[in-house]
Amino acid sequence: MPRTDVVSQEKIADGLYRMVIKSPVDLSQSAYMPGQFLHFRVSDSIDFMLRRPISLCLADEANNLVTVVYRAQGEGTKRLARLTAGDTVDVIGPLGKGFPLHEESSATLVIGGGIGVPPLLELAKKLRAKGTRVVAILGFQKASQAILIEEFKALAEVFIVTDDGSMGKKGLVTDLLDASMTDGISRYYACGPTPMLRAVKETLEPSGILGYLSLEERMGCGIGLCAGCVHKIQDNDGVHYVKTCKEGPVFAAEEVVFS
Amino acid sequence: MTPHDVDLAVEFCGLQLKNPVMPASGCFSFGKEMEMFYDLNLLGAIVVKATTLEERMGNPTPRVAETPAGMLNSIGLQNPGVEKVIRDELPYLRRFSSLPVIVNVAGTMVEDYVAVVHRLNDSQDFDAIELNISCPNVKCGGIQFGTDPEMAAEMVSAIKEASNRPVMVKLSPNVTNIVEMAQACESAGADAISLINTLIGMQIDVEKRAPLLGNGIGGLSGPAVKPVALRMVYEVASSVNVPVIGIGGIFTGKDAIEFLMAGAKAVQVGTANFTDPYAIPRIVDEIKDWCVAHGVKRIDELIGAANPMSRRRG
Ligand SMILES: Cc1cc2nc3c(=O)[nH]c(=O)nc-3n(C[C@H](O)[C@H](O)[C@H](O)COP(=O)(O)OP(=O)(O)OC[C@H]3O[C@@H](n4cnc5c(N)ncnc54)[C@H](O)[C@@H]3O)c2cc1C
Ligand SMILES: Cc1cc2nc3c(=O)[nH]c(=O)nc-3n(C[C@H](O)[C@H](O)[C@H](O)COP(=O)(O)O)c2cc1C
Ligand code: FES
Repeated sequence: MPRTDVVSQEKIADGLYRMVIKSPVDLSQSAYMPGQFLHFRVSDSIDFMLRRPISLCLADEANNLVTVVYRAQGEGTKRLARLTAGDTVDVIGPLGKGFPLHEESSATLVIGGGIGVPPLLELAKKLRAKGTRVVAILGFQKASQAILIEEFKALAEVFIVTDDGSMGKKGLVTDLLDASMTDGISRYYACGPTPMLRAVKETLEPSGILGYLSLEERMGCGIGLCAGCVHKIQDNDGVHYVKTCKEGPVFAAEEVVFS
Repeated sequence: MTPHDVDLAVEFCGLQLKNPVMPASGCFSFGKEMEMFYDLNLLGAIVVKATTLEERMGNPTPRVAETPAGMLNSIGLQNPGVEKVIRDELPYLRRFSSLPVIVNVAGTMVEDYVAVVHRLNDSQDFDAIELNISCPNVKCGGIQFGTDPEMAAEMVSAIKEASNRPVMVKLSPNVTNIVEMAQACESAGADAISLINTLIGMQIDVEKRAPLLGNGIGGLSGPAVKPVALRMVYEVASSVNVPVIGIGGIFTGKDAIEFLMAGAKAVQVGTANFTDPYAIPRIVDEIKDWCVAHGVKRIDELIGAANPMSRRRG
């Protein structure tokens, strides 16, 4: 398997890490998109058979580097967190279909919850590069879990909520989705836990604003082989299970079925 | 001697394989996805996802879970149905000049298995059928045919009569006596036996105090099942005369060689494709390297090398 160099690894909050690696593909020659993911093998031995999907957080084309930000929670991501500069890692990607960018968007809303926040950073960067105004609503459990705030502030107007009120407003991201927030917004993008995505979709549906959701399903292969990662999608042919690793993880919000 | 001097070609059911390694059903979709990784001509043959008469949605998620040195899946035979498979999937595979195509057939009752085979008979875009009477993931996924020798024999005879192509029969390991199953299929006309499908297993999500998989139970695969698979291949290869195809936990060239030595004519690789998308060409190279290091000129020399009973049957 092709391996790539780990350039740096640092702990950025309680249990949360930022890792920079050499891109497994030449970014300047690839049609990568924010919202795509990298698929990491966490061990060279056969104890861990499944790769771990982690979203692209930042792409640096000039130096051909990619940054990922992730929570070390289970055994696999804990192993990833042990890598340091000079190590190599077996990774494929960027994979899947990310967030589409639109020409006509006047202002966009990006909504992230927890470890759903990182992929929105590259998105905010790309939106800003197109001259689009970005408003970011970022939700965390508590202040010690808050990540990438300064990075977002450089690109967007930032609103923060926490479950316990230890940073920003106490509450959920949807508490901020009132008329004053959505005024002038032509598109939204959301990434976070499934209950959050569902609540965002339901809250914004009446406003008629079109949006995209980045879904999180357990993956067998990440490359379309196993049909493990499916989610229910409603399209012209009705409701069916679609592979989120290949056709997603990002889908138009109106197509996503929660049941 | 160099890797080029090693002859890896094998033959079974009239299929000529340039090497004995092919993907296992359900672990390679219909092949298109692998284009970005390598040329499918590197495969010995291809076995595509289970195909049923009508489209199948499959089971609720989560459908996969990681286990020590393996995984559980409860996909539930999600596939677009035989019409679409013939129209949209199989023709693509004919672009590869030397790639025998094997279609894995599943269903609920003898009649719908037979209907799939009748429909397939008109297609020129495949070379053999692998009869899946061993899927643990749907209530009537054929597994009842895979655990009762009489029902298996009835199914195999019906499919043999219906099919104008060779019929391999894929066995479930979830039985008390695998030899009895294999012999029943052979007597009913099976042209080859492939084994094993997955072992039924489970994982509990302790936070939710509930089974992790949406379907509750799932099929265990990967290196964790290899010893079980090898034992079954060994036993079956020493008790039937038709070719045996070994499946279960193959990750390296050495794993594949173990199956060949146990009496398998060829092998299938499933879960390893998920861990390492280049698994199959890597395994082929590792087999060649092993042969060079051990002065083996023809892969045939290894088949049954550790199982004298299987050699006598050949
Ligand atoms: C498209 C996509 C993008 C993601 N991006 C990020 C990111 O940028 N940062 C981040 O911290 N996390 C991200 N995740 C979640 C991350 O993949 C899981 O946290 C991680 O796989 C858990 O592995 P583990 O070894 O810690 O846990 P274990 O419990 O050891 O994992 C066991 C198995 O379950 C799977 N699994 C467990 N939890 C999840 C989960 N929440 N989602 C999907 N699979 C899971 C694992 O991949 C593995 O196969 C993303 C998930 C997806 C699907
Ligand atoms: C995700 C997944 C899907 C599978 N789907 C099928 C299938 O459609 N038909 C079938 O006969 N076997 C299916 N199998 C079983 C494999 O073909 C193989 O028999 C089994 O996984 C053991 O091999 P392995 O350890 O190399 O994976 C599936 C296995 C997995 C992991
Ligand atoms: S994870 Fe295997 S098809 Fe998506």
